[in-house]
Amino acid sequence: MKFDKPATTNPIDQGKIVGKPTDRIDGPLKTTGTAPYAYERHDVVPDQAYGYIVGAGIAKGRIDLLDDSAARKAPGVLAVVTAKNAGKLGKGNFNTARLLGGPEIEHYHQAIALVVAETFEQARAAAQTIRVDYVRSKGAYDLARAKDSAVMPTGKNEKDTAVGDFAAAFERAPVQFDATYGTPDESHAMMEPHASIAAWDGDKLTVWTSNQMIAWGVGDMAATLGIPKGNVRLISPYIGGGFGGKLFLRADVLLAALGARAAKRPVKVALQRPLMINNTTHRPATIQRVRLGATRDGKLTAIAHESWSGDLPGGGPEVAVQQTRLLYAGENRVTRLRLATLDLPEGNAMRAPGEAPGLMVLEAAMDEMAEKLGIDPVEFRILNDTQVDPEKPGRPFSQRRLVECLRTGAERFGWSKRNAAPGKVRDGRWLVGMGMAAAFRNNLLTKSGARVRLGGNGIVTVETDMTDIGTGTYTIIAQTAAEMMGVPLDRVVVRLGDSAFPVSAGSGGQWGANNSTSGVYAACVKLREAVAQKLGLDAGTAEFADGQVIAGERRSALAQAAKDGELVAEDAIEYGELDKRYQQSTFGAHFCEVGVDAHTGEIRVRRMLAVCAAGRILNPKSARSQVIGAMTMGVGAALMEDLVVDKRLGFFVNHDLASYEVPVHADIPHQDVIFLDETDPISSPMKAKGVGELGICGVGAAVANAVYNATGFRVRHYPITLDKLLDHLPTVG
Amino acid sequence: MKAFSYERARTPAEAAAAVAGTPGAKFIAGGTNLLDLMKLEIETPAHLVDVNGLDLDTIAETGDGGLRIGALVRNTDLAADPRVRRDYAVLARAVLAGASGQLRNRATTAGNLLQRTRCPYFYDTDQACNKRHPGSGCAALGGFSRHNAILGVSDACIATYPGDMAVALSVLDASVETVRPDGQTRTIPIGELHRLPGTTPQIEHTLQTGELIAAVVLPKPAGGRQVYRKVRDRSSYAFALVSVAAVVQRDGSGRIALGGVAHKPWRVDAADAALPRGAKAVSAALLDGARTTPDNAFKKPLAERTIAAVLVDARRPA
Ligand SMILES: Cc1cc2nc3c(=O)[nH]c(=O)nc-3n(C[C@H](O)[C@H](O)[C@H](O)COP(=O)(O)OP(=O)(O)OC[C@H]3O[C@@H](n4cnc5c(N)ncnc54)[C@H](O)[C@@H]3O)c2cc1C
Ligand code: SF4
Repeated sequence: MKFDKPATTNPIDQGKIVGKPTDRIDGPLKTTGTAPYAYERHDVVPDQAYGYIVGAGIAKGRIDLLDDSAARKAPGVLAVVTAKNAGKLGKGNFNTARLLGGPEIEHYHQAIALVVAETFEQARAAAQTIRVDYVRSKGAYDLARAKDSAVMPTGKNEKDTAVGDFAAAFERAPVQFDATYGTPDESHAMMEPHASIAAWDGDKLTVWTSNQMIAWGVGDMAATLGIPKGNVRLISPYIGGGFGGKLFLRADVLLAALGARAAKRPVKVALQRPLMINNTTHRPATIQRVRLGATRDGKLTAIAHESWSGDLPGGGPEVAVQQTRLLYAGENRVTRLRLATLDLPEGNAMRAPGEAPGLMVLEAAMDEMAEKLGIDPVEFRILNDTQVDPEKPGRPFSQRRLVECLRTGAERFGWSKRNAAPGKVRDGRWLVGMGMAAAFRNNLLTKSGARVRLGGNGIVTVETDMTDIGTGTYTIIAQTAAEMMGVPLDRVVVRLGDSAFPVSAGSGGQWGANNSTSGVYAACVKLREAVAQKLGLDAGTAEFADGQVIAGERRSALAQAAKDGELVAEDAIEYGELDKRYQQSTFGAHFCEVGVDAHTGEIRVRRMLAVCAAGRILNPKSARSQVIGAMTMGVGAALMEDLVVDKRLGFFVNHDLASYEVPVHADIPHQDVIFLDETDPISSPMKAKGVGELGICGVGAAVANAVYNATGFRVRHYPITLDKLLDHLPTVG
Repeated sequence: MKAFSYERARTPAEAAAAVAGTPGAKFIAGGTNLLDLMKLEIETPAHLVDVNGLDLDTIAETGDGGLRIGALVRNTDLAADPRVRRDYAVLARAVLAGASGQLRNRATTAGNLLQRTRCPYFYDTDQACNKRHPGSGCAALGGFSRHNAILGVSDACIATYPGDMAVALSVLDASVETVRPDGQTRTIPIGELHRLPGTTPQIEHTLQTGELIAAVVLPKPAGGRQVYRKVRDRSSYAFALVSVAAVVQRDGSGRIALGGVAHKPWRVDAADAALPRGAKAVSAALLDGARTTPDNAFKKPLAERTIAAVLVDARRPA
């Protein structure tokens, strides 16, 4: 189905099931521990052996000698895979460094060997006997030092942008702001590690894994092994969190495949936790400079946002200036990305790549500018709202209700009670402050396919390679199919995450919900046609409701259509030019109150509110979960998450969950989420967008702005930890 | 993890003798620290002597009005004991400030005392670490040392002893009762259990090989206001950047100790003596000789501010 005209009224608008707060259909499996995650799939093939990965102990250089003789002789060992014996390997589209290193080492903890043994304990013990001598070479590990050597990246949407004459406008602006900020490297730190089981049947490979993007995984596996895509089957129905860390083929799945080939047995591999952080991808650190020029009454006339980040050769930048092209009006504007070569582990997408760190900076700068202007931060943003793409004024936003988000949020949060003078509100030992920030994240459209089956028992089965990374995809797909086919939710079966199913959008960039359900919508339209035809009804006017198909006077049970055999329909949603004519984005406003311990500088969030405008909310219950989870992650980014680089040795030092701190329950207070009632017919037949990333966008800045309001001191280098505040707190006693 | 043999000891003396008599043997109690270290091969015991079956899991009153806490009393039970909560509040608070509910259910009194440092380079077997591999160097010096020690450090090692409970025990003047391999018992004041790194950071305490901790003994209640203040980046489930344990009497006298700053609970007689004179004098005495890195220099002002806050708190009328 080609979607090239704004959606008109369609069965989804009935809203009998779609849009209703709905419990996850996979909830019972998860809460009872019976959802089969990759590493636990003992049932799928017999005789599984265990693999254990050895990571490189240096950041850059080469292996002089890798002695695996003891490992090979160790009890239970079936095979040892290294670059020496793995055969020729290619590299996937989405990988920057090779997944199996050696002799050249490209980053710390790059996998250099896999030991396969009868038991996990044997594999681990044998792996620990492997001795490696390295020759180190000099690497670049410090972004601040590499900054001046950074160059303009070459990717799409990574080039410099300029509209008007920023330099002149900034120069002329009566009120100017210019500051440089920093955001650290961050880790996805999801609960389930990367984990896979691989089994060969002749030259055909099946992997049970944990991956957000099935088709990308199949493609990169085939490319890396040098085998046809058709020989790779990838199955990933349950994923214990990904946040972008599982968008790609990673070492666990490749090495499981290589291990299985070497051991001639199915092999399972999970990345051990201390290896995950340096072995896989992370959100790259940035240095960002923002310059704003405004009239005295608060109209922005000049906006410049520059961001520096680093990556391995061949890698890409953190696109931290993306939102600045679209968020506020202003005639003269510039954005620039600069990419330095760093020999740290490869950077890549993490929840709201670009916008998350970009808004942590832009929205802090907006707060600073508002104060400079003496204008309330909410009003300052409203004053600079735009309903069109500021770079191309002929191009409107499909929907943009940022102002309503801001006003609703301010009202509900009690923003008027905020004392604009910082450092003035005290509650016992706590310095109390309020902060806010706008949220913005683009709505991305990609082709997404699905197959729908109607069985003789009236059960509707949906099959798509779409994934559920804990977001609630199973449920919204079931809701979509139930609404379309006029059956209750419990008559729908959803099967996901299998490369044998039609290729979907996958889960990333908050594009999953809208695109994958639109693909299901398209397939259901086809199935409705097949049903109507079978029943001799007019597909154009037939209504599907209560398990019946009704056309005028005639009605028939839906199941009747499949009484002579299952009906199967397959289709995909494909998008026309609408997103060229309209800018499609999601909007929100975050509000936050913090307490800062006046003695120790400990920062604790006291309450939070998000207001989101993101098209139709397919399932308010799981959407709310997405947003509160994202807000939690935003608190982590503001206050604690920080992959610390050892700038001498070139690796992230705090590479486990004890030392890489993310918020715990006690850090997160009551969170409120409001969704504005909205549908966006430009987006898709579902009229939906995404919320999973919108929820994190801006949170960090809202927290930072609240800390400033509490203390009167601005920390421009995240995370805002107590050591950075200590010198600026009142004396004790 | 290296393969190891395993036995369950039936009596303290048998346990001590078993460890002393078997090369590379160690005790295992809750295993919440030791097993993690074994998985990474930071600890590679050839033999484990499981002490969980020993009859050391009760809290009993002593003849002189104190408490004798068996080595196997779980952290959760210790913190929940009504006598501890009433008379040794600083101890209950310190224990509850540590780890998580699940870990405290498993962790034992003795194991908690002997938990090893959380220096990140100690945990990474690809890095130089004098504590893990004597003579290999110290990667934390000049590296990431935000959590490392500022007092009692050496050129060989700047690791902290990370535990909370021991800091409270320190201001309670607790002592440790042990059983030696020859069956003899001895009593070690808590302040003499942990060692500073010096040139031998791998030697962390003053116990002999095979010497088993049987109990921790608390003298009769110290009274006063008892405070444990643990400062950290997140609200729970993190080791102390700095912690302060204090027992302050009505007349302003008392005892005070710091955690998170040295390879032992940091208690200084001169600081106790300075308590009536106020926070400045106390801080000066406790932090005398501090040696910081750029990463952990904040611990000094943080300790000063936390000490001041604790003293304000302890002197507030009830
Ligand atoms: C994620 C995490 C967070 C934590 N956070 C904190 C925290 O915030 N604060 C804190 O204080 N602690 C914290 N801990 C540490 C925790 O308190 C210790 O792991 C626990 O107390 C150790 O007790 P155990 O009985 O499990 O010891 P084990 O792991 O069994 O043993 C530890 C050591 O003690 C020795 N040992 C055990 N019993 C005896 C005995 N009777 N005599 C002689 N030697 C003995 C063992 O040989 C071993 O060397 C944390 C731990 C983890 C894993
Ligand atoms: S501080 Fe001590 S524990 Fe840490 S690396 Fe140095 S020697 Fe090892």
